[in-house]
Amino acid sequence: MQDTSHVLTQLLERAQYLGDIKNDPTWRGLDEVVERIKELKDSFYDIPEKQLIREIERIEDRVHFLEDRVAENITPMERVNIVRSTHRFTLMDILENVYDSYTELGGEGECNLDPAVVVARAVISRFVKNKIYSHQVMVIGHEKGKGEEFRNGGSAKPWGNDKALRYMKVAETEGIPIHFYVFTPGAFPIEDYPGAAQQIARNLYAMTKLKVPMVSFISEGGSGGAEAIGLSDFRLMASHGYYSVISPEGAAAIEGKIKEGEKVPKELIEHCAKELKITAEDNLRLGTIDRIVQEPPLGARRNDFAFFRRLRYEMIRATDEVVLKTKSFRAFRAYALRRKKEEGKDVPDEFDVVVNWNLNGLEKERLLEARSKKYRRMGLRFLKEGRPILPVIKKAKEALSRGYYEIRYGLLKHHKKSVKQLIDDVSSEGAAMLKTFTDPVLSVYEFMFLEPKKRRRVVKQDHSPLHSVFTQDWEQYTSPLSNEDRTVTCPNAQKYGCVDLWVPDLYGEFAGVCPTCGHHFPLEYQWYINNLFDKGSVKEFNQHLASSNPLGFKGFDTRLKRDARRTKRNSAMITFDAEIMGLKVVVAMLIGSFRNGTVGTVEGEKFVRACDRAQTTKRPFLCYVHTTGGIRIHEGTLGVIQMPKCTMAVREYIDSGGLYIVVYDNNSYAGPVASFLGCSPYQFAIRSSRIGFAGPRVIRETSGTDVPPDYHSARNALKRGHIQGIWDRRMFRKNLLEALLRMGGPKLYYR
Amino acid sequence: MIDVNLNALLRQYRSNPYEELHIETPHTGIITFNVKVGDLVKGPSGAWKERPGTTLFTLEREGNVKKITAERDGEVSFVRDEVDGEFCEAREHVVTIRHRLSKDEIINFILRKVLYVFEAPETARYYLVPELEAVRDQKKEITLSPGDDFLIMSLMKRDTFLKYEGPKGTVFRLYFKPGDIVEQGEPLVGIASPEDLDIVDKIIQRIQSEWED
Repeated sequence: MQDTSHVLTQLLERAQYLGDIKNDPTWRGLDEVVERIKELKDSFYDIPEKQLIREIERIEDRVHFLEDRVAENITPMERVNIVRSTHRFTLMDILENVYDSYTELGGEGECNLDPAVVVARAVISRFVKNKIYSHQVMVIGHEKGKGEEFRNGGSAKPWGNDKALRYMKVAETEGIPIHFYVFTPGAFPIEDYPGAAQQIARNLYAMTKLKVPMVSFISEGGSGGAEAIGLSDFRLMASHGYYSVISPEGAAAIEGKIKEGEKVPKELIEHCAKELKITAEDNLRLGTIDRIVQEPPLGARRNDFAFFRRLRYEMIRATDEVVLKTKSFRAFRAYALRRKKEEGKDVPDEFDVVVNWNLNGLEKERLLEARSKKYRRMGLRFLKEGRPILPVIKKAKEALSRGYYEIRYGLLKHHKKSVKQLIDDVSSEGAAMLKTFTDPVLSVYEFMFLEPKKRRRVVKQDHSPLHSVFTQDWEQYTSPLSNEDRTVTCPNAQKYGCVDLWVPDLYGEFAGVCPTCGHHFPLEYQWYINNLFDKGSVKEFNQHLASSNPLGFKGFDTRLKRDARRTKRNSAMITFDAEIMGLKVVVAMLIGSFRNGTVGTVEGEKFVRACDRAQTTKRPFLCYVHTTGGIRIHEGTLGVIQMPKCTMAVREYIDSGGLYIVVYDNNSYAGPVASFLGCSPYQFAIRSSRIGFAGPRVIRETSGTDVPPDYHSARNALKRGHIQGIWDRRMFRKNLLEALLRMGGPKLYYR
Repeated sequence: MIDVNLNALLRQYRSNPYEELHIETPHTGIITFNVKVGDLVKGPSGAWKERPGTTLFTLEREGNVKKITAERDGEVSFVRDEVDGEFCEAREHVVTIRHRLSKDEIINFILRKVLYVFEAPETARYYLVPELEAVRDQKKEITLSPGDDFLIMSLMKRDTFLKYEGPKGTVFRLYFKPGDIVEQGEPLVGIASPEDLDIVDKIIQRIQSEWED
């Protein structure tokens, strides 16, 4: 009878799981099946055994039939439902079943800095020729929990991501590989220190050059939250998982322009789930993951031990591959290749060889190089770029300019500096030595032949500025907004009693700034290009790279064309060389008028190329964010991977000695702030701008709490330590010049 | 003894339990009304009063259309219809909102009349002096005489003792929470003479029991 109860419980779970997948407990009479099972569970002692067995068999056949129907065609949205089901396996199940033993670090259960992030030192073993070999690893991942509220559904808070970063560094110190498990619908949108966006950016920045092999496994990859522990050398994904730029519901609300509180149509959510290309197959095709870990037809659940066995095999195999790619032994590489051919086959009982996961200095360098290449290549095949007529000439030109700048700012400057330091050292040492001998002689000489002291010649310095740093010495660019004959009211009029402003004055003489309270009215990006840099110094490059629709998102081509026609630009990123008072800088500018400054494949690639150009020419690199709405949702995970990709370029630029400054204006939110912008050591904001991770509506909808209207203001960002200062628009040129000179100093063109 | 005719005061509020808010034009312009007499309007809402109230009228001056919104809940009792769509001078009374007073509002109004209210001299944190705090902890009455140190004004790590300078009396109501920042001019303490306390209590009880919200 105990068995009967067990069988019925299992049947009930299977039926409920089907309801979860379909997000409809009444699908094809599932509710009746569930009801019947519950009845049987309550009264199986009252039913004759034969009749009970017959009844159970009938229900089992029915459940089996329904399972087959569901497995025939699982839609992308159903995969999302699978991942969200409470029956799905979680990180704790993996720790129990994939690893031999583990010790949780930084908290247990509810008593935890952030229960949504679990960190553990674990041991994973393999069989080779009947012998067990164990490896130490650091496991970091999200724990969705089994319905516990304190787990927050796997939404990591900023301090949870900070905890993850701390233990990544511990793993690096100890030289052990890291296994990441991504089970998050997204990061918890909270700005409290260290800040959701800023902490993800810090994690990404550190992970780009973490000197240990890293393997990640994605079950639920919710955009930026996933990236916080998703950047790795090898990315595995569960066959029934999803990895997406935004939740299908969120995308549907944006696409359908649904007002807050209104219900989003189910069909639109299904449509978005399909168009976003969120499944494992889609992501493998896009090149955002490296391999799929096969699950049972309806997805793995908590007690799918065969799946855990496969996962253990795949994690070991992936770590082996990462390590072997850094080895110089050909035999090892051959082994790695052979394993690749075995993809999709059954999990073997034994491994062929034992691979030592420790890396030496040279291997670590190879590891970082491979990681850099991997991320820099991501999404490149979706870039529509005409091939140069003569590639040889292009390559030669690049090599020549690299050589020139290396000699100009590298070799010569370095030698000049070394020689100068040597001369300074020798002369000061020599002077000190000579002084002991010459001092007595000199004092006798001066006593005997006393001469009146010569007047020092005062050299008058010319203080008259050749160029003003406040305004340009040519006719200033005036915003076309000033061509209207009307007045506007400052939004702070009630608070500070600001008078109405005449538009030609406001956008002309006042540079869009309220003279009473200092509120900055938004201005077009052209104002900055024309008023910030020296006249005629702006030279755009990579102009030919144009935004496209790599996923074929329905209706997006038309919108792209419309924006291109309206703005006369072909992407939201403008990259150019410019000068400020003669100082040469490389600039990347995200503009709000083109797709709200969202970042897609082209914008990311343009940013990376600008970063590389700054590195080659050894110039400071400025990123001015006119506005950014985040990652472009229409490019799906191709957009998301711009976060690690661009951060990789920034890290390499800064490590090579560059000065990277970010200036935010208007609105800057989400992915870009949580990666290549937020990782800058020098971030400034123009007054009246807003900086954050998620906007107020998203915060209300995800966390259920309201935020004050000034929650994302630059002032609050400064209070929280997310930025380093607030600049007045009229002082932008002066402040930028000062920042370049102060932070760059004599080493402006490289440390 | 306070010189308040309680019955007259209550009669006055009962006969007209409204506060009339006269809305004026902040500046010149062409006025367009969005409300008519009898309309119910709402004041600002949200935890931070971030959502503006109902638009009463728009005022257009030099192409700038400014929305003038209701600052309190109530019913529109007057609209100067003859200027609708016309040019209007500044500081002209154009709309009246009749705001029905709630029980708490009336109690506060009356208390303001019958109590001596000590207001915050500066925006700062305020605390009761330790001796009075101890009396308060024992749930005893706090009695004040002119010249007594009774509050500590804490600003920028600088504590200043404030002397009481009103009539001798008993603290009837503390309008602040010790340690909170109080804006300049906001009420801090309401004081009544000991013999008036009964009357004040009676006022509140009568309003609480007789008044319909």
